[in-house]
Amino acid sequence: MKRVFVVLLAACAALATGAPAEAATLDNIKARGSLNCGANGQLPGFGMPDAQGIWTGFDVELCRAVAAAIFNDPQKVKFVALTAKDRFTALQSGDIDVLIRNTTWTLSRDTQLGLNATGINYFDGQGFIVRKSLKLNSALELNDAAVCVQQGTTTELNLSDYFRANKMRLKSVTFATLDEALKAYDTGRCDAYTTDASQLYSVRLKLARPDEHVVLPEIVSKEPFSAFVRHGDDQWFDIVRWTIFAMLNAEEFGITKANVDEQAKSDNPEIKRLLGTEGNFGEALGLTKDWAVRIVKGVGNYGEVFERTIGQGSPLKITRGQNALWTKGGLHYAPPVR
Amino acid sequence: MSERAAPGTAASASAVVDVPLWRRPRVRGIVYQAVLCLVVALLAWAAIANVSENLARANIATGFDFWNVTAGFDISQTLIPYSAQASTYGRAFWVGLLNTLLVAVLGIVLATVLGFLIGIGRLSHNFLVSKLCGGYVELIRNVPLLLQLLFWYNAVLKALPEIRESVALPGGGYLNNRGLFLPDPQIAGGGAVALALVAGIVLAIGFRALHERIGPLGRGRGRTVVSTLLVLVPPLATAVVVGVSVTFAYPEMGRFNIRGGLEVLPEFVALLTGLSIYTAAFIAEAVRAGLMAVPKGQTEAASALGLRRGAALRLVIVPQAMRVIVPPLTNQYLNLTKNSSLAVAIGYPDLVQIFTGTVLNNTGQAIEVVVVTMAVYLSLSLATSALMNWYNAWITPAER
Repeated sequence: MKRVFVVLLAACAALATGAPAEAATLDNIKARGSLNCGANGQLPGFGMPDAQGIWTGFDVELCRAVAAAIFNDPQKVKFVALTAKDRFTALQSGDIDVLIRNTTWTLSRDTQLGLNATGINYFDGQGFIVRKSLKLNSALELNDAAVCVQQGTTTELNLSDYFRANKMRLKSVTFATLDEALKAYDTGRCDAYTTDASQLYSVRLKLARPDEHVVLPEIVSKEPFSAFVRHGDDQWFDIVRWTIFAMLNAEEFGITKANVDEQAKSDNPEIKRLLGTEGNFGEALGLTKDWAVRIVKGVGNYGEVFERTIGQGSPLKITRGQNALWTKGGLHYAPPVR
Repeated sequence: MSERAAPGTAASASAVVDVPLWRRPRVRGIVYQAVLCLVVALLAWAAIANVSENLARANIATGFDFWNVTAGFDISQTLIPYSAQASTYGRAFWVGLLNTLLVAVLGIVLATVLGFLIGIGRLSHNFLVSKLCGGYVELIRNVPLLLQLLFWYNAVLKALPEIRESVALPGGGYLNNRGLFLPDPQIAGGGAVALALVAGIVLAIGFRALHERIGPLGRGRGRTVVSTLLVLVPPLATAVVVGVSVTFAYPEMGRFNIRGGLEVLPEFVALLTGLSIYTAAFIAEAVRAGLMAVPKGQTEAASALGLRRGAALRLVIVPQAMRVIVPPLTNQYLNLTKNSSLAVAIGYPDLVQIFTGTVLNNTGQAIEVVVVTMAVYLSLSLATSALMNWYNAWITPAER
């Protein structure tokens, strides 16, 4: 009996004094042998398993790029499908290592959730989809409309803001998941469905009669998508952030999945630094010298991934627009590797 | 007795002096319990300290400051005034709680009525009735509630006409797949009438209690008449004195939606229907068990006294069955209240959807929000149990 107490007391003491030391995320991933990535499971083009159960999409490819940088194998990712309202909790609790799930970077998410946004990987904005039969030309005509929306999103808050700012009355109907919200819209529960513009095009394909719906021209908010990691592990933060930058830089220098080996022999010092033939930048990140080569070989550069998953090579056919490189009139601008 | 006890006491008293402190059972018992309490307290303290330290290190906001922060999101059904720009997260919590209570209370009433009918029906001598009730119970209680809710929600939505083809109801209402829109009665001076009605009900209950205490104050029908008058006269008299006027706010067809009036959401109807029907199946089984627990002799004795089947059921069987029925009935009430949190699947803004859904996500304070929500369900359940236990004690016939 006494011995039991001693053990219990010792356990208490251990609990009280030695709060579990947080091992570096990168070490955990390496020990585990795969990256745990939080993704959207319902959004064509961004994150969804296909008919064979293979995850596809823009966000999914970014997860694969991170895995490629670590393991030199883009397949070493375990995807966890998350709803909008569960995503941050999953990351906070350590279920996933990184959240890449069309998630908008906001100040409160960066400061209050114990998370850090690593940098913008997609520039989006919120829009509305309505039935053509309503004959609407503008979102400003939506006064008194019922709008279906997914809960726990910036969309839900922007919706209230937009209607309030334009002195319109709103009847919002919120659902936990994208599919439920969309189904309710499709059955006529709501006049409009609102979400990020990129999603509107993909969810339209999910409707019973896609041709009977139209996306309104207004973009009512800024929705910069970013990957999120837990606060406090700077090394891991840098790896995720620079994986995206490497893909953007690769596109800028014309390095593609097909020509990356050839480019590694280039004389251009910027390309040499990025691809690790000069300097030691990969190791400074905690990765290998050829980290960027691994990324590009694994998934391709930013433009290739974009076109393949949501651009012209996909059913969504989203144009680059703001998501083009700064050299081509877009907003993407990656810092130099040096 | 006293003669023998005296030396015994003396012996034990002397033994106490000899036995060392740590070997006395009483002392040891106290020490063990104290140590156990200490260990539990230490564990709890360690857990709390650990969590708060980790939260602080992870830079996650803690505390309840968020309670007074403006919510900024809209809610489709609010029983108390609420607006996205002016109301706080705390207000959103109350809105959610009231929505949960609304569906739970109405669900309990409906499920009880339906459950009793089905349970009694299952014991009916009528072949068709008993088989139908049996089929109902087997079908409903063996299909997961979530599926049933989705079924009712989609069935309700699909079956109803679109907004532009709304069914106009007599008296100025509308029905469509956005909900049921009824004229909203605006009663001036309604408070006084309601007060008078409550007073009348109290009077009637008092009258009936008196009636039972000191014997009949009138023949059977006279009693009912007096009770009815006691309930109805005070509010009617008040209405005449105060001068109550009832005006209706009629719903009107707007550009998109119907404006004004009293709005019943399809999400609410689906949730209420699903919960009532599901829980009724379990209540029916509890009722059947209760009725079957009453010995057959009671039925026979009742019919020997010349009571018809209905009267025998009402006066003899059910009062005895209730003490068997009430404990499982309490369970079902608790289940219904807790199951109402499945509202999240069909877009009804209950406590879980609003508070652990949107509020949690916007504030990121999972621990605080989840703890508050759990405390709410715990309190609701304990209150329901207490009420039902009290009711059970009250109805249990005195054993002689």
